[in-house]
Amino acid sequence: MWPFIKKEFLHIFRDYRSMLILFGMPVVQVLLFGFAITTDINDAKIAILDHSKDPVTRELTQKFLSSGYFILEQNLHSNNQIEDAFRKGEIKEVVVFENRFAEKLKKEGRADMQILLDASEPNTASMLNAYSEGIVNTFGMQQLKAANKIPLSITTESLMLYNPELKSVYMFVPGVITVLLMLVSAMMTSISITREKETGTMEALLVSPLKPLQIILGKVSPYVLLSFINLLVILLLARFVFSMPVQGNYALLLAESVLFIVMSLALGILISTVSKTQQQAMLLSMFALMLPTILLSGFIFPIENMPVILQWLSHLMPSKWFIIIIKNIMLKGVGITYFWKETLIILFLTLFFIGMSVKKFKVRLE
Amino acid sequence: MKQREEIISVENLVKKFGRFTANDRLNFSVGKGEIFGFLGANGAVKTTAIKILSGLSKPTSGKAVVAGFDVSRHPDKVKKNIGYMSQRFSLYEDMTVKENFRFYGGIYGMRRKEIRDRTAFFLKNLGMQSFENMLLKKIPLGWKQKLAFSVAILHNPRIVFLDEPTGGVDPITRRQFWELIYETAAQGTTVFVTTHYMDEAEYCERVSIMSEGRIEAIGTPAQLKEKFKVSTMDEVFLKIARYKE
Repeated sequence: MWPFIKKEFLHIFRDYRSMLILFGMPVVQVLLFGFAITTDINDAKIAILDHSKDPVTRELTQKFLSSGYFILEQNLHSNNQIEDAFRKGEIKEVVVFENRFAEKLKKEGRADMQILLDASEPNTASMLNAYSEGIVNTFGMQQLKAANKIPLSITTESLMLYNPELKSVYMFVPGVITVLLMLVSAMMTSISITREKETGTMEALLVSPLKPLQIILGKVSPYVLLSFINLLVILLLARFVFSMPVQGNYALLLAESVLFIVMSLALGILISTVSKTQQQAMLLSMFALMLPTILLSGFIFPIENMPVILQWLSHLMPSKWFIIIIKNIMLKGVGITYFWKETLIILFLTLFFIGMSVKKFKVRLE
Repeated sequence: MKQREEIISVENLVKKFGRFTANDRLNFSVGKGEIFGFLGANGAVKTTAIKILSGLSKPTSGKAVVAGFDVSRHPDKVKKNIGYMSQRFSLYEDMTVKENFRFYGGIYGMRRKEIRDRTAFFLKNLGMQSFENMLLKKIPLGWKQKLAFSVAILHNPRIVFLDEPTGGVDPITRRQFWELIYETAAQGTTVFVTTHYMDEAEYCERVSIMSEGRIEAIGTPAQLKEKFKVSTMDEVFLKIARYKE
């Protein structure tokens, strides 16, 4: 079997495309998800239209700009300029203070300000709105307190557990690990097995004294190793580029990942038994594995918010269970007692896929 | 026919796929060192027979003994003693000539030195020493075909099965290819070859002609030509096909 594994590595190293997928993808994906597709907002450009220009509005403006969420792009002087400011596209929010703001506040106990948002990016808009309201509310409370007008003050103190800074990297790293292990293991093996079918070398292997099991093991074992290296690369990137720690047990994390790798390999073999060409295998892996993994596993979109049918479908996604497991290990640092059920499900799926592919493989031989 | 040690013997072999009978009660035997041509218009039917004889697929009924082993009971032992080459060519394009030899030698359990010596021998014989470290995809088809044949007999099998080995190759290369077949047979390896080129049928020591899953004629080319009172194998073939209609 050794010559077989050696030959498999030759195939991988001589094909620049597979090298790119194997070693370029993990780095690019982690960096992309970590830096570019971040949902955190910093330094949103805003404009301020201050009709009042009194000490209170100046103080409030200062609060906005020192929050870290906003930077001042432009001071506006009339309502007509608002439309223009948004059209240029750089400004996400305009804060408008009404005339005689401080005076009204003092005399009538209320004054109006307006927050205008560019909702062509709805998520950004609603987040900026929440930040703005937060700033204004805090300011209002402080003013009241200073004036001793409320005897009772309730302050909420929120504590974000497991991800105190609400970094989106914490959410993406488990997802990226899942997608990549699946991609490398299932797609690459199914493609490499169907390639042998396509070129006719599979026949030559089958008439050789090698047993079918040896052929399959020889084909998949290089990918186990490469997937494992990939996993380490992603974890290192997460640790040193995004300073995302692993709270739980490393050994447990690696063991669960190996289980998931083996499951994906079995799935890859199954795909290769039903597809005749490399292209078929690639399309099957893409549509049957990649898209559902990204969309239905809870990687990006929370499963709880999906329609019931999709929630049911998501139960069938092996990746969903794996994401739960690694989130538990990496973020919460809990042990196997908290996710033995998920582990069992993956184990069961692994056996199921292996059983199916062995059966299919035999049928094909007949 | 000269009395020779039998290396393939087939008795009442039947292979059915559902209601379709691919091989219907085949009976024939092949002697050691013989070049046996297995002819027929339907490629799939020939391939089915080769799959059974090489232990890949089990017969529905009947018996086939190859290299002394029953194919349905000891397919593994059969596999060790045979070589195989198909028209859909079995070498890896992204590996060099040497690496291909080393790989196939390896999966047949040959020792490193043995592989090295045999590789050197074959390359010298083909005059291809300079190709040793070249990637397969850079080598022209005719040469690749000869290399594939050498790889199929690298482990010194007792029988080599060639399934339309010369498909798509120019006439000169085909001739050279047949010279290789003769050399191999002269060293005692049995050659079991399917082809649809009737001129190649003339090169075989004995041929069988299949039609609709049955063997319609078997014998030396000379015997068959005499029997059907014609002068070429092509005409023999046509007569059998017409007779069936």
